[in-house]
Amino acid sequence: MAPGMEPILSVEELAVSFSMYDRGLRKADLAVIRSLSLDVRPGEVLGVIGSSGSGKSLLAHAIMGILPPNATVRGEVLYRGEPLTEARLRGLRGREIAFIPQSVDYLDPLMRVGRQVVGTFGTRAAQEAIFERYRLGAGVARMYPFQLSGGMARRVLFATAAVGGDVKLVVADEPTPGLGPDLAAKMMKHFREFADAGAGVLLITHDVDLALGYADRIAVFYAGATVEIATAAEFAAGGAALRHPYSRAFSDALPQNRFLPIPGSQPYAGSLPEGCPFAARCPERTEACLAGDVPMRDLRGGKVRCVHAA
Amino acid sequence: MRLEAQDVRFRYGGAGARPGGGPGGGSVPEAGAGPGWVLDGVSLRIEAGERVALVGPSGCGKSTLAKILAGYLAPASGAVLLDGAPLPRRGYCPVQMVFQHPELSVNPRWNMGRVLTESWAPDEALLRELGIEREWLRRWPIELSGGELQRFCIARVLGPGTRFLICDEISTMLDVITQAQIWQLLLRVAEERGLGLLVITHSQPLAEKVCTRIVNL
Repeated sequence: MAPGMEPILSVEELAVSFSMYDRGLRKADLAVIRSLSLDVRPGEVLGVIGSSGSGKSLLAHAIMGILPPNATVRGEVLYRGEPLTEARLRGLRGREIAFIPQSVDYLDPLMRVGRQVVGTFGTRAAQEAIFERYRLGAGVARMYPFQLSGGMARRVLFATAAVGGDVKLVVADEPTPGLGPDLAAKMMKHFREFADAGAGVLLITHDVDLALGYADRIAVFYAGATVEIATAAEFAAGGAALRHPYSRAFSDALPQNRFLPIPGSQPYAGSLPEGCPFAARCPERTEACLAGDVPMRDLRGGKVRCVHAA
Repeated sequence: MRLEAQDVRFRYGGAGARPGGGPGGGSVPEAGAGPGWVLDGVSLRIEAGERVALVGPSGCGKSTLAKILAGYLAPASGAVLLDGAPLPRRGYCPVQMVFQHPELSVNPRWNMGRVLTESWAPDEALLRELGIEREWLRRWPIELSGGELQRFCIARVLGPGTRFLICDEISTMLDVITQAQIWQLLLRVAEERGLGLLVITHSQPLAEKVCTRIVNL
């Protein structure tokens, strides 16, 4: 990317909390995302990885404006330099901004999938062309979601995003589980094509191999915070190339690496500690880690949220 | 002990399909075999203590075979045998299964404490190792993430009566640290009790790390 090129999407210290009934009629605010910051530039695939419950899906939902009504959002989401308001979103969703949801439950169970893919802005011809590209047979358009295998349903979800036409930003929330390696790779190539045509792709995934193989940069989430942004090459190298202790622990746990987990689990939303959310599991923890919010800072061409990283 | 599928044939909607097919059931994969047959003469053998990876393209019938082996679906022809005898039709089934979609395999109207203790009472140490927090037991399934739910689904099938465990893409929705924790635990439990495992996964590195043998369907 040329330096200075304006990001398609930038997210600045996004925070999301849910107002929930605690006991009886008493309400409590549950902070689930605390500080997410990232940007997606034209022509790049930004991979987002992190634990379940780290806020990856909620980020996607916050960008798309489909959080439930009891959610409160703070921080900023900018699309091509301007705040992504409800009104702007309405004109962009399904046209410039495409969303590939995580679960096949997002398909309407009572509508044939061909019609769902055509949706509001697509055409029948575009739908047929896309089905052919994704190896969905001629009969599939007339099927209902319950008649699809997991992998077919994934491809249908993918088709809903590709049908809109002039896509500038793709937000994909776990698009590949259930696909075989060949099909997953093919889907990733389609993401790459979106990016190579100048769009930005925000790819939320558990599949680290895919992220490393096809993303340009990787954002690492932990307990509702972005802890590091590194290049895919740095992440593949692991160890000292990474900036945050959590990123290194993540890399060590991969089956193709040492397959060695660190103990413990991510703090649950609502019981997030003061200061660094990773402190309780971190081998490098000191008093300084617990003293207030840790800001995101630039380091070695990437970004990190850690007081010790050097 | 030995779990076998002998010359199993299966198609959805045809003879032999048990209504209601068990949790997570009901999808119709692309026909991988003869016309309409999802499985057309499949045989597989797992010995106690073995960990077999089952790999194959999406829609080839891996999950269907898993449900047949665990007794959730009955084959149209062929047999599933445990030490030469059919699976018991009542009582605790020695072949237990962990599904790909935990949100579809727990009762949405049961709280997690009841889900966990449906067939046995896992001890505190196991819950700790699986990272299940006490506080989660009071919650409802919709109040937990997929990864959190999956830990319950694993804990509830590790009862003392379990001899074989069918794991259908069980860590696809987990982050890698949790995946490594859960597999290290499962491998240890399998080792201690001499369990046989059938592991369905798309991840080649995981299959190589976890399994003793890889079978293509």
